[in-house]
Amino acid sequence: MKILLVDDSRTMRNIQKKVLGDLGAVEFSEAGDGLEALTAIASTPEGFNLIMVDWNMPNMDGITLISRIREKDKATPLIMATTEAEKSRVMEALKAGVNNYVIKPFTPEMLLEKVKTTLEKLKAVA
Amino acid sequence: MQPSQATPTPPTINPKLIVPFVNSVRNVFATMVGVSTTMDRPRIKTDRAPAYDVSGIIGFSGDVIGTVVVSFQKCAAAKLVEAFAGMAVDPDSPDFADAVGELANMIAGGAKQHLGNAADISIPSVVIGQGHVITRPSDVPCVVIPCKTEVGDFAVEVSVKQLQTAGT
Repeated sequence: MKILLVDDSRTMRNIQKKVLGDLGAVEFSEAGDGLEALTAIASTPEGFNLIMVDWNMPNMDGITLISRIREKDKATPLIMATTEAEKSRVMEALKAGVNNYVIKPFTPEMLLEKVKTTLEKLKAVA
Repeated sequence: MQPSQATPTPPTINPKLIVPFVNSVRNVFATMVGVSTTMDRPRIKTDRAPAYDVSGIIGFSGDVIGTVVVSFQKCAAAKLVEAFAGMAVDPDSPDFADAVGELANMIAGGAKQHLGNAADISIPSVVIGQGHVITRPSDVPCVVIPCKTEVGDFAVEVSVKQLQTAGT
């Protein structure tokens, strides 16, 4: 399973790696902003099984990244993990094409549960 | 007869602006650091130097403007970052500043949802060093929330105001 973690905080990417490692055999790729993420996606023709995206990042933010990904790819599971907790932001992210939304701070259990639920739900409808 | 000079009104603490930060600090440290925090009574701060040596700074814009500084004792920061990151982090490494910035980001983000419908927060900046000074908007009072944990102290310095368009 290949997961791309997009967050400008290396600490947060490491925390997510530790938690999502419980999903099984996972190969992680990392990006510090939306532009790096697009490069990582372009250089991974086989694609990712999941992309975790922060909202506030330098160079290209998460909501722009989501829109750019969804222009070409409607299938890859995308989860926004962010401090942006307002309902209007959640709606904006869902409209842009995320499959689920995790609000920071989160416990390891909260993050893992959200990711598992999202992947299972998408698998069921595929 | 000389016109009498009006005495400036001393700044007051607006609980609507401070309580969201108090709750956010508790939530962030309990959820992601595994440390409980206690707070002393918030007070107005007049000097520009942050309370301690390690400061994570977040700017607010949109419906809410100003800055929030999360300022740690260096030894407390080292222990809190270790608990947050799940490993010891060299205070001179970029990862240390990264972790401090992310804590400040989560505190500000958690409070923001209760402050305004269209507020934005900046990417965090981190300053480390004794006696550093942070410039704040001169027309916005700074309220310091002293915080204690079992591994040391830190303070959250809130210098924000809601614009009239904010949903208050």
